Amino acid sequence: MLTTKESEFSVNEHGYYGNFGGAFIPEMLYPNVKQLQERYLQIMYDPAFQQQFRQLLSDYVGRPTPLYLAERLSHKHGASIYLKREDLCHTGAHKINNTVGQILLAERLGKKRIIAETGAGQHGVATATVCALKGLECIVYMGEKDIERQAPNVARMKMLGATVVPALSGSKTLKDATNEAIRDWINNPLDTHYIIGSVVGPHPYPDMVTRFQSVISEEIKKQLLEKTGSKLPTHVIACVGGGSNAAGAFYHFLDELSVKLVAVEAAGCGIASGMSAATTQLGKPGILHGSKSLLMQTEDGQVVEPHSISAGLDYPGIGPLQAHLYTSGRGTFMSATDEEALAAGFEISKTEGIIPALETAHAFSVLNEMHFEKNDVVVVCLSGRGDKDLATYMKYLK
Amino acid sequence: MNRIDQLFKQKHHNVLNVYCTAGYPHLNSLHEVLASLQAHGADIVEIGIPYSDPIADGPVIQQSNMVALENGMSIPVLFEQLENIRNDIHLPIILMGYMNPVLQFGMEKFCAAAEKSGVDGIILPDLPMYEFETEYQPFFEKHRLRFIFLVTPETSETRTREIDGLSSGFLYAVSSSSTTGKNKAIEDQVAYFKKLQDMKLKNPVLVGFGIKDRLTFNSAAEYTNGAIIGSAYIKALGDTTGIDLSTKEFLNGILA
Repeated sequence: MLTTKESEFSVNEHGYYGNFGGAFIPEMLYPNVKQLQERYLQIMYDPAFQQQFRQLLSDYVGRPTPLYLAERLSHKHGASIYLKREDLCHTGAHKINNTVGQILLAERLGKKRIIAETGAGQHGVATATVCALKGLECIVYMGEKDIERQAPNVARMKMLGATVVPALSGSKTLKDATNEAIRDWINNPLDTHYIIGSVVGPHPYPDMVTRFQSVISEEIKKQLLEKTGSKLPTHVIACVGGGSNAAGAFYHFLDELSVKLVAVEAAGCGIASGMSAATTQLGKPGILHGSKSLLMQTEDGQVVEPHSISAGLDYPGIGPLQAHLYTSGRGTFMSATDEEALAAGFEISKTEGIIPALETAHAFSVLNEMHFEKNDVVVVCLSGRGDKDLATYMKYLK
Repeated sequence: MNRIDQLFKQKHHNVLNVYCTAGYPHLNSLHEVLASLQAHGADIVEIGIPYSDPIADGPVIQQSNMVALENGMSIPVLFEQLENIRNDIHLPIILMGYMNPVLQFGMEKFCAAAEKSGVDGIILPDLPMYEFETEYQPFFEKHRLRFIFLVTPETSETRTREIDGLSSGFLYAVSSSSTTGKNKAIEDQVAYFKKLQDMKLKNPVLVGFGIKDRLTFNSAAEYTNGAIIGSAYIKALGDTTGIDLSTKEFLNGILA
């Protein structure tokens, strides 16, 4: 079951993790955000809600997802490496854990219209899916540039009945799609719920999305206990764009200080190249999309357009929990370049028979830079499958 | 005395606050824009600090922000342009912007520079009451800047009173829940304006969002102290007729 807990790494009553978080929103958004702040925990931990949520996760999403001991990878690195198979979730990534939770919440709030932002389209597809399931209107904002480069996911969303609206402002990618979704919410305050796809946005979104995704680490604990006799791994590794799969994979280990939490950002063409999305390396404290976190920006505080080969990591910020894990030292932040991620994607495909999403390939890539002891138990969160990235992979297929 | 306070001492009706974006249409057009607004009948000028991600703004102001940034506008450049502004601009000046650029410049430094330039008030729509009270309020007070909060038709009466208590200068009443420049019918909001009037708030009330012409200005100003025009003026400035002529025609259309 989901549990409430108080720790150095849980959100305080004002929505802060350490110095990061809060709800920096214009008054027009206040009633909706306040309603969520007041009701999300009460709704989420209502037994009837939990029963419905758990049922959908099991019967519709296909949970629990397997925890798979990757033998060839383990042999190579001289440790036990387990893969948490979020790629086997319905729609192909962990994103649906959150959208199932939020659609049930939206229903209880009496909302009739759902909006979402999407970058690569995975969250858009996961949102369109649950809207189809519940018969609710679904509008997905997607940067005009991303619509061009992620055509299969655009088609999936349309087939699921969603309206895909191109974000034409700013740099026409994920950041701008998020701006457009926020503007839509400002203009439609009464009947609309905004399903944010990552652990970003004003409080309570980072905490709410983390809690919906925490099913990942809850299962890891249980499965490890069955397989190894101990519920604690030595390492958990996950990629970080906004940070939702990492937040979910870390959640139940946050206070287990023996567990090393490794977050992998997208270095793009290299951290110093000017074409990167490694927010902890390049960002400073700032405010975007309603919360204070680390943010890639110019000296004047204008938000910088990031770059990553993976559209899901192509975001100039990270969630406030992730920023807190970074500054407090609880999380170890590493990065992988486009090239390293591609190489890892090809390697995992050949050694394990699993084509990972390009986002996830970043997490695999750092295995090559880490040193393990024989008894180490490493869990990599395999956040999504790579079908959506085939066009990119094929460009590099020799 | 703060120029905003002074204005509302003398004028209680039909106060016209006009928004412009610093650095738009040209990097150095601010002085001419302010001088034209002053010459042709505006009572307050609100200078927008351009930002890459203005979430409360519609397409017109977004576009003006992008152009201004491309032109090279920034907070340091804006303060340079405001350095001698009080030689000939006597209207109350408000700076409106989003939190992130201000935070990077430094909130205290920002307030000090604003005071030094003769700025009278600040609007930061994404600075909520909690952070204002716990962190920033003393800086505004120290530098004698009025801090203007927003309320909307969806803001409860209790909260409107709370916001009014924390606001100074005036209260910015958003006409309907929307981003700037949306043409939601102002006439439908008259009940809301009346309600605000009946609440007998501490601050004067100016209505903004969706005010674009004489009709909408009059509807908004009938039950409040006046109104704020942004997108419609930015659109007018986009014309090729020149800043002064565009401003004159625009303001005549509203006031004459």
